[in-house]
Amino acid sequence: MTELEVNGQRRSVSAGPDTPLLYVLRNDLGLVGSRFGCGTGQCGACFVIVEGKALPSCDTPLWSVAGKKVTTVEGLAKGGELHPVQKALLAEQAAQCGYCISGIAVAAAALLSNNQNPSEKEVREALDRNLCRCGAHNRVVRAVLRAAKEMQA
Amino acid sequence: MKNPRIRFERDRTVWIASGKVELGQGINTALAQIAAEELDVAFERVRIVPPSTAHSPDEGYTSGSMSVQEGGKGIREACVQARAALLAHAAELLGAPVGELAVDDGTIKAKNGNSVTYWECAAEASEVPPAGAGVKPSGPAKIVGKSALRIDLPAKVAGKPAYVQDMALPGMLFARIVRPSRPFSRLEALPPSGDVDGVTVVRDGSFVGVLAEREELAIAAAAKLRAKALWKESPVPEDFHGWLRDNVTQRSVLKEVKGSPPSGERIKASYTKPFIAHASIGPSCAIARLKDGKLEVWTHSQGIFGLRHELSVVLQMKLEDIVVSHAEGAGCYGHNGADDVALDAALLARAASGRPVKLQWMREDEFAWEPYGPAMALELEAQLDPSGGIVSWKHELWSNGHTNRPGRSPKPALIAARHLEKPFEFSPAIDPALPPEGAGRNAIPLYDFPDLQVVKHYVRETPRRASSLRALGAYGNVFAIESFMDELAEAAGADPIDFRLRHLKDPRGRAVLEALRESWRSQVKKENCGHGVGFARYKNIGAYCAVLAEVEAGEVLRVKRLVVAADVGLAINPDGVANQLEGGAIQATSWTLKEEGRVGAVSWEDYPILRFSEVPAVEVRLVKSDSPSLGAGEAAQGPTAAAIANALHDALGVRVRDLPLTPERIVQAMG
Repeated sequence: MTELEVNGQRRSVSAGPDTPLLYVLRNDLGLVGSRFGCGTGQCGACFVIVEGKALPSCDTPLWSVAGKKVTTVEGLAKGGELHPVQKALLAEQAAQCGYCISGIAVAAAALLSNNQNPSEKEVREALDRNLCRCGAHNRVVRAVLRAAKEMQA
Repeated sequence: MKNPRIRFERDRTVWIASGKVELGQGINTALAQIAAEELDVAFERVRIVPPSTAHSPDEGYTSGSMSVQEGGKGIREACVQARAALLAHAAELLGAPVGELAVDDGTIKAKNGNSVTYWECAAEASEVPPAGAGVKPSGPAKIVGKSALRIDLPAKVAGKPAYVQDMALPGMLFARIVRPSRPFSRLEALPPSGDVDGVTVVRDGSFVGVLAEREELAIAAAAKLRAKALWKESPVPEDFHGWLRDNVTQRSVLKEVKGSPPSGERIKASYTKPFIAHASIGPSCAIARLKDGKLEVWTHSQGIFGLRHELSVVLQMKLEDIVVSHAEGAGCYGHNGADDVALDAALLARAASGRPVKLQWMREDEFAWEPYGPAMALELEAQLDPSGGIVSWKHELWSNGHTNRPGRSPKPALIAARHLEKPFEFSPAIDPALPPEGAGRNAIPLYDFPDLQVVKHYVRETPRRASSLRALGAYGNVFAIESFMDELAEAAGADPIDFRLRHLKDPRGRAVLEALRESWRSQVKKENCGHGVGFARYKNIGAYCAVLAEVEAGEVLRVKRLVVAADVGLAINPDGVANQLEGGAIQATSWTLKEEGRVGAVSWEDYPILRFSEVPAVEVRLVKSDSPSLGAGEAAQGPTAAAIANALHDALGVRVRDLPLTPERIVQAMG
């Protein structure tokens, strides 16, 4: 059994220690917001926050997060209220198919927790590890800058 | 009231059965707007039922930017009829003439103050209204034409289950397929199944898959089998564009206008576009369950009825024993792997003893086996008169067919069908006729030329699988036409916008070009920077779109800004239209700068796409129009490609005629 903390809850998982975290989240814990895109950490659709850093859960073995704090897109909301980044993504209608959007929300939330007032360039660079195929990039960037502003207010 | 397309539920919602499917383009939101408008109910009350062959109207494929036109029309008619039937019934209940009733958010009110709701009278109302009953008074639209928030985004942004990839059925098994990364004719050797523990290996001829209780076990087993298996590869020509020219099946003249151009110098240029992947962020996925002789399939197909037909042929089952239901996938952009993965899942479900099977392709499966948009070669030729007007124009193109969708050919087009022990003969891609055409889409210029010939060379043999990618042939044809227009404008010493207007009568086309004029005039020339325009009317019968591109040519070509001017007729959801045009232009920028589908690509390293820091600023200008609505999702692709190539020429003085516009090609063109 591997113990970890997911979205503030202690969870105990029987999956093998080498199992990529993504499948534990999706299939054992029912947290399907982290999505499979490439399996090699190249697209960002499966991003989760581990100890403050956004990383691809498809490429993260379960053993490496034993005893650590993991935040998924489902854990960004607090007290039933969406994270400012999620609210801003909706306000800017910053998605088309939305498959990449939870990974982007996670990456943006991680960015804003480390840099409260990023420039547009910094937002784009921070999101360069997230691929979007629909072309919603500019709306996403506007949303992240909007969230930053609202978090400071 | 038994209207097969509309259901009034107790919680005061209205459920609409659509035949068109949500592909990430926001169609459900636009259709909900249309239903709310026609029924006079609040937009928030409308729900769209996911289409299924079990209960939905067969509206063919969700493709070709036709969803608002076709799907919207069907829903509008059904709602108009339902509203009339409800009002006729309410008139009886309220003892008031229909003409004196008013509807407010589903509540029907009489002048005497009595009222009844749709939900109260839906059960008793007749199916068909009496003739002429309850015709809705015409008035300004309240919901249609105004930007509405996408109905599906709140769940997606919160990370809730939203896609077929997220579905979980009781007792579900996880599956993966075992295919190589290159086209092959047959599987020659497979390691013994004892090599992989804890999984069931399913084989039917050269089709191989694995089933496991856990997803990661299926993935690991499939990877192990793939690494050790041997396939007989099928060759794919290196110089595919040259190969196309040598293997023509049929030459057809798409349009000919015989003029009498004076003798004079003819200007010629050749262009190419490569294979381009749909490259959806989420690989294709389907769930299948075969139980008691009945097959249920969930997938993100663009055409659930066509897929059901093809499944019945390959699996030799009756149509009525198969239900195909649409469940959303990641962005679609044309005919991707959604249908193929459904057959794969169904084949594996035959070995699952009635348990549901979930199969998601791996990234390498998607890059290797999704049908790419076909490569094209183009040759253009024109003649100018002494005043700088085009007096003769010729456009020739070489291409495979752009449609290999299931249900469109007599033989199955699904990949696994040709790999079975008893294989089906492969059905090559076909090419639809005008309009809307496939390879020849937008090959006929919208300009008025007194002497014109447009020729398509269709190549039937397909060494590499190909089918419909967003915009089909329009991307290559418009890139060539609009690059060539700039080359001719330069030869004529004319301004590119003036030169286009000189040859264009269509007033709506002229208007979108004029919409760019001020931005065009205000450009300031800077070193290594340039500007260019491109224009087309999609399919020659769809939306009008003109694009202005601003580029900077350094070590790589950067697109800094795009201005997209479009006339899509009445925009049902203006923000949705802007989102589609902007997304289309950004995706086309990615195609134009980076994308070239080489055989053997397995990862995003082999097939890079545009990233956040490389995406241009995009400004969308909708030309106001009350004309019938036109789809917006495919209008910007061709004009964007040409605008970028023309801007590159403006920046460096070089003309690159082969896509994508990579640094290597630019350096080569600079000599």
